[in-house]
Amino acid sequence: MEFFSDLVEYLEINYSTVLQAITDHLYIGLVPVVIAFVLSLPLGFLVVRYSWLRVPLLTLSSVLYTIPSLALILVIPGILQTNILDPNNVVIALTIYGLALLVRTTADGLSSVDPLIVQAATAMGYKPVRRWFAVDLPLALPVVLSGLRVATVASVSMASIAALVGIGGLGQLFTRGFQLGFYPPPIVIGLVLSVALAVLADLVIVLVQRAVTPWTRLRQGA
Amino acid sequence: MIEFVDVVKTFPDGTTAVDHLDLTIPDGAITVLVGPSGCGKTTSLRMINRMIDPTSGQIRIDGKPVGDSDPAELRRGIGYVIQAAGLFPHRTVVDNVATVPVLAGTPKKKARAHARELLDRVGLRPELADRYPAQLSGGQQQRVGVARALAADPPVMLMDEPFSAVDPVVRDDLQQEFLRLQGELGKTIVMVTHDIDEAIKLGDHVAVFAEGGKLAQFAPPDQLLADPTGDFVAGFVGRDRGYRGLSFTTAEHLPVEPADTVVEGLRLAVDGDGRALGWDGDGSTRLPTEGTFTASDTMRRVTDLAILSPAGAAVRVDASGRVDGLVRHATVAEHLRERQIERLRGHGRSTAGAEG
Repeated sequence: MEFFSDLVEYLEINYSTVLQAITDHLYIGLVPVVIAFVLSLPLGFLVVRYSWLRVPLLTLSSVLYTIPSLALILVIPGILQTNILDPNNVVIALTIYGLALLVRTTADGLSSVDPLIVQAATAMGYKPVRRWFAVDLPLALPVVLSGLRVATVASVSMASIAALVGIGGLGQLFTRGFQLGFYPPPIVIGLVLSVALAVLADLVIVLVQRAVTPWTRLRQGA
Repeated sequence: MIEFVDVVKTFPDGTTAVDHLDLTIPDGAITVLVGPSGCGKTTSLRMINRMIDPTSGQIRIDGKPVGDSDPAELRRGIGYVIQAAGLFPHRTVVDNVATVPVLAGTPKKKARAHARELLDRVGLRPELADRYPAQLSGGQQQRVGVARALAADPPVMLMDEPFSAVDPVVRDDLQQEFLRLQGELGKTIVMVTHDIDEAIKLGDHVAVFAEGGKLAQFAPPDQLLADPTGDFVAGFVGRDRGYRGLSFTTAEHLPVEPADTVVEGLRLAVDGDGRALGWDGDGSTRLPTEGTFTASDTMRRVTDLAILSPAGAAVRVDASGRVDGLVRHATVAEHLRERQIERLRGHGRSTAGAEG
């Protein structure tokens, strides 16, 4: 019981720090996913449209994904001339990881669309751009959104790394705990909250997915 | 009127899909392009709405070259039905049908109301309108496909193997329904199939393509069965083309004998209303007639009845169902022989619409 009273006491004293850590964590974790998602749509389109781009682009994204996160975060200020403590270093790093995952799944999603349906749409008189948004993209959504779930959970979890380079987020609560001689309350709070945020973000996407792809949950019954 | 003028299509890999095609497709009728796979029939169909552009030559609709039109605009004016319907799985049935009018700028609400009327027209229950295609049977999906092609009321409809993805019983229903609908609408329809029986059943005109994209014969189906030009067409239309050709001739010119003629020791018994009861012999039990025909029935039906009859004679009735004559199979055979001689000597042909 002593552990729980320590937890409560820690929260009472530090609730504003914890709240700030949550907001920072969400910013660091989610903004990259949004940027990566938006960028992955045209890139996925290019990969599917111009098949010669497929191997180089997807290989590049796989290679980027293998770079250790800490190394990437430390290299970015050198390349982009940003301040070493700028949270955008982490945002950029996580965007690269998100993009590496999402370009592949978006391309896979767009490739999974039945060419016969696309052809039918063209024959109905759709012009290419309108057809892409009205037919190709919606039909790719089940695969695209599955990829987005993976990327979101990965990004929100990885956001903790920001604390190691002195930037906010729930990772700060871990470093705080270590600095206090392995004092459990901040570590446990940070852990529980970062898992909770990842699960929550995943849940939101699942709900969106259910709302925008109703046709995927049907069974035949005429 | 859709005209192919010296149309050639060569693909980048060097294969010639369509080889100097000249073909004039008449208005208000069903023209079926048929042939083995790789004969260029689908390529020809797709060149009409510019899904494929020809390498050389010209395609004109009502005198206007299709190459002069914006492809998307052109396609909105031409109905298109494909195998397995090609419906959009992410849209409800009613929204699928409303696709082209919405693309052309009709307000959604109006387009949907019209779409519901069309669903009724192709024989779909109104409650299916708000379902997704995956919730419908194959036959129902195909009906939606037809309704979608009709939504903008295009004068021309292209159909690419529209009935090949459904089982034979459903296919037969859909074909009958399709002929009924065409009887009401009178569209200019170009249909592709690999099934010669379907071509003969549905086509007012049939274009038989041979391998290598050459047009082998373009003729009404009865003529195709009676006078195939060359071994390829004869082989393609099949071995029993003589028997199938009987579907295109009516029994109106067939000579009949009086209904009370004794045939092979059997006499036809009729009731007070003049309806056939069966064949009576010497004291034996009464034998069934196996059905009757009228003068507007096909020779195929008469031949079938004569074969089935215990007396070897088919029973003819008038419009009210009263027996008015008998036809023996010897008479049928003789009549067909005379008809064939006449045909081969190039005299007039008696034709009737496709059976059903």
